Amino acid sequence: MRVEQIAVFLENKSGRLAEITRILAENDVNIRALSVADTADFGILRLIVDKVDKAKESLRAGGFTVGKTNVVAVEVPDRSGGLASVLKEINEVGINVEYMYAFVNKSGENAVLIFRFDEMDKAIDVLRDKGFTLLSGAQICAL
Amino acid sequence: MWVEEIETLPRSGLDSIQLKRLQALVHRVYDKVQPYRNKMDQAGIRPDAIRTLADLRKLPFTTKDDLRASYPFGLFATPMDDVIRVHASSGTTGQSTVVGYTASDINLWATVMARCLTMAGVTRGDMVHNAYGYGLFTGGLGAHYGIEALGATVIPVSGGNSRRQVTIMRDFGSTVLLSTPSYALNLADAMADVGITAAELRLRVGIHGAEPWSESMREEVERKLGIKAVDIYGLSEIIGPGVAMECLHTEHGMHILEDNFLPEIIDPDTMEPLPYGEAGELVFTTLTKEAFPLIRYRTKDISRLFLEPCGCGRTLVRMEKVTGRTDDMLIIRGVNVFPSQVEQVLVGIEGVEPHYQIEVTRDGNLDIMAVLVEVSEHIFSDEIKVLENLSRKIQADIKDMLGVTCKVKLVEPRSIQRSEGKAQRVIDKRKL
Repeated sequence: MRVEQIAVFLENKSGRLAEITRILAENDVNIRALSVADTADFGILRLIVDKVDKAKESLRAGGFTVGKTNVVAVEVPDRSGGLASVLKEINEVGINVEYMYAFVNKSGENAVLIFRFDEMDKAIDVLRDKGFTLLSGAQICAL
Repeated sequence: MWVEEIETLPRSGLDSIQLKRLQALVHRVYDKVQPYRNKMDQAGIRPDAIRTLADLRKLPFTTKDDLRASYPFGLFATPMDDVIRVHASSGTTGQSTVVGYTASDINLWATVMARCLTMAGVTRGDMVHNAYGYGLFTGGLGAHYGIEALGATVIPVSGGNSRRQVTIMRDFGSTVLLSTPSYALNLADAMADVGITAAELRLRVGIHGAEPWSESMREEVERKLGIKAVDIYGLSEIIGPGVAMECLHTEHGMHILEDNFLPEIIDPDTMEPLPYGEAGELVFTTLTKEAFPLIRYRTKDISRLFLEPCGCGRTLVRMEKVTGRTDDMLIIRGVNVFPSQVEQVLVGIEGVEPHYQIEVTRDGNLDIMAVLVEVSEHIFSDEIKVLENLSRKIQADIKDMLGVTCKVKLVEPRSIQRSEGKAQRVIDKRKL
């Protein structure tokens, strides 16, 4: 089970993040999770949103470079060792994490981990086999 | 061909036309234009010293500085009463230079431009979208009068408002596009924005000039707009667009309308004329213009001349696509760098578009060259390492090609200014 994520190229200059969030707000797009990866010269903003296509089109119309990729969302209990339990399984089969970020859902009981793996299909199979709960995009938005 | 009897003349016929016109020109400027008379007197040349075409090299050169020194009308050879139009350069690299035209000059301009359009296969039946800027810049009006002289339909759309332009191209059924090459790519972007595909247009030929562009950029324009893209050459000092033009045999260079514009190639350092086939600075003498004649004007454009016959049957000498300018050349840590070389590297990398800018700064005694490259969706990734690898590849390829290490800066799409006129490729912030 995969979740659609949009990624936006960010030039390293002031006001770009503000501009992106302004466009999303104007188009009534709700951000469920996000992360910013940055280097000295540029950044990449990654977003999980409720309306993926609308977000992509409106940002593109606003002059941004936008990409759509698939990530895996894993729900784990929000307690010590939650992330470690996932990474242990992934590590054992030699899969690499390209990047990840996480958020805690409203109830506070569970955490949602968003992963981009180098071998996505294999990772999904492994996590399923081991009994982890994978969320769909719709499920994330319903949290 | 517009005037076949001239364009297919054997060399000897062209030579004798040129000599006759050159002799008349030299007498005229000596009599009428004080700065020319002063220069010739200083060099000890009398007008009747021009007995053969080879005597051209005895005449002093004219430079942009000479034009500036006589700003605005000091080099005009006719009374202002006879001048019916002026144009001026933008003056981005110094004081603006002003050129003037008599009624007969305007006629001549329309004729040479019509001859150029004909070389690209444009006929009375065409709908010509003229996106060169109208105004003091010679591009818009120069092309306009030529299109009308040819009898085609001109859409005087000028530059700007690209989205509206592509709608007009579709709705009016434009068959020919005239614009700078960078603006042609701008229009291709606008087509994508408003959802118009090349297949919906009737465009057949693009005539692009006013800035240097590479073969790979030509391929991109052709692919994105679904057209044959040809190069046109001109500069306001000589007349504007209409000095030289590619016929549809584009691999052979541009035919110079040398019955009006006499070309030479010189070594920019020794100022000695170079033989056919050798690269150097292009120099023009206007043989037929009245209001603003120029003798041996140094264009600073780098090109080569070829005499071999062309498949189209024209005998006119051909000039190679201008690959750079003597004043465009950057010297980075002692290495000569032309923006066109950087462009060639960029279009050679899958997915990278030739929207770039070169920024040169100096840190202490060290030149720092940064190449700004726009990140399109083709090369964008959600992973940092992919973009960093791309950056490194651009850097390595530029190092291979030029021997210069540069810094690559990835920037957002369309953050590099797209010109309506000429693209500014180099920003040199060094204080030398």
